[in-house]
Amino acid sequence: MSDLDDLYQTLILDHNRAPRNFRQIGSPSGHAEGRNPLCGDTFDVWVSVAEGVVTDVAFLGQGCAISKASASMMTTIIKGKSVDEVRRLFERFHQMVTGRAPADDGEKSAVRKSLGCLSAFAGVAAFPIRVKCATLAWHALMKAVDEGAERAKGV
Amino acid sequence: MRDRVPAVVTAPWSGERVRADFPMLARVTRGNRLAYLDSAATALKPQAMLDAVSDYYRNVSANVARGVHTPSQEATERFEEVRSAAAVFLGASAGEIVFTAGTTASLNLVAQTIGRLRLEGGGAEILVSELEHHSNLVPWQLVAQATNATIRAIPIDDGGDLDLDWLARNRSERTRVVAVCHVSNVLGTVNPIRRIADLAHEVGAVCVVDGAQGAPHLPVDVVALGCDFYAVSVHKLFGPTGLGLLYGRRALLEGMPPWQGGGGMIGSVSIERSTYAPPPARFEAGTPPIAEVYGLGAVLEYLGTWDWEALGHFEDRLVELARSELRALPGVTVFGAPRARVGVVTFGVAGVHPHDVGTALDAGGVCVRAGHHCAQPLMAKLGVASTVRASFGPYSTEGDVVALLAGVRRAQKVFGR
Repeated sequence: MSDLDDLYQTLILDHNRAPRNFRQIGSPSGHAEGRNPLCGDTFDVWVSVAEGVVTDVAFLGQGCAISKASASMMTTIIKGKSVDEVRRLFERFHQMVTGRAPADDGEKSAVRKSLGCLSAFAGVAAFPIRVKCATLAWHALMKAVDEGAERAKGV
Repeated sequence: MRDRVPAVVTAPWSGERVRADFPMLARVTRGNRLAYLDSAATALKPQAMLDAVSDYYRNVSANVARGVHTPSQEATERFEEVRSAAAVFLGASAGEIVFTAGTTASLNLVAQTIGRLRLEGGGAEILVSELEHHSNLVPWQLVAQATNATIRAIPIDDGGDLDLDWLARNRSERTRVVAVCHVSNVLGTVNPIRRIADLAHEVGAVCVVDGAQGAPHLPVDVVALGCDFYAVSVHKLFGPTGLGLLYGRRALLEGMPPWQGGGGMIGSVSIERSTYAPPPARFEAGTPPIAEVYGLGAVLEYLGTWDWEALGHFEDRLVELARSELRALPGVTVFGAPRARVGVVTFGVAGVHPHDVGTALDAGGVCVRAGHHCAQPLMAKLGVASTVRASFGPYSTEGDVVALLAGVRRAQKVFGR
């Protein structure tokens, strides 16, 4: 498979064409904007967290196939997970797209398995300039979660 | 401006022949021959330039205008020799050429010195254009905020040409600055600077030209253009990064306060105050980019061997070839059709984000710019967030265009799965 086909997997193209949870949440616990100043791509991410668990997450905005599909798949995979699990997931995802995955094949496949459908983004590692695209919505999500937690503390 | 009518038949320009002078073109990227279509971002560098920079560091390596030792004297002489060559290149005199860090620095210098002076008092107006790169917009915003001046933009028509009737109607005695690009970095529009400068001068405004995309494609004669300031990025002119030129009309430079303070720009200094050197030294605080100036010297000598008329015809033909071939592809939109244009083709592919087009092209060794091109107001006008831009240079070939088209088709195929 060429680098290009490896990058643009069918699953990614599908989420790009028909993004899931492409909507706004009425009264979220947190909201943040992710902006890539390089290309002007922008996503808004809304998240609802109850007792440390993500109960709803949604996004709107515009961006390339990588950023949009990543945002979409992120929303499908984190719902029902605890905030701590989401953080760990993002960490592993970040390691994969930056090409810092474990060298050991067994360990690598275990990480891939734990990433589930997100492992479709493994091809990003061959295009370092696209790491920002793949992680744009994730960074916004983390900001939204933190903002929500800050606000909850303040109340 | 370059004469586009071939009065005399000259030998046609050969991109293939000139390629041997640019070592970067020998590299392979992702297993492909490099198709470098991003010269508007930064141009490739000829071997002679690399040698000159290396020669400075190996054999001279001295500061300028400071030492009594021989290497320093040699460096100072060469530094001023290159300034004179740059002046000849732009049709100016040596005392009108300021070395800066680039076009952005040149434009900030103008905005913060004569711009600030002319705009003070409130109620003043700066006219820019919808074509502007952020570097000919944000510096004016900064000085406008500091002086309570307003900024308005000369609109473009559907083809991407400036509406000069708008300028004629909207300029007034409040207009202190008219700042426009010589050539649009997105649409390639060649602006009629002479006419714009005349319209500016009739109301007493200064005319500032962002020449970053002009100088690499068009012979520039600042006197014929009639502008007061003309800014050039040397790295877009086949030279080193970190060096820019600012042409300023001598009478205006004389009356301008310094921008940055430091060594080299002073007359004499006490703890309380200083007197300033005459221009251009007044605007060159600190150790200048000396190695880069050596590089520029070699570039100017190299450019002096070029037949610019033949080059112009060559680049125009490649740009038109790319435009017509791209337009013939289903789902591809080519932006802008200005009356006179040079250097670039900007386009979009239906259903494929420009970044994804850029990656698909990169996978085939084709380097383009994908994004907003630091021209977000123009993107808004075009109704898009970003576009793909292919830009051409003296070393471009038809093979580059073929690779571009193949890459666009590849992107369409991947996204059509």
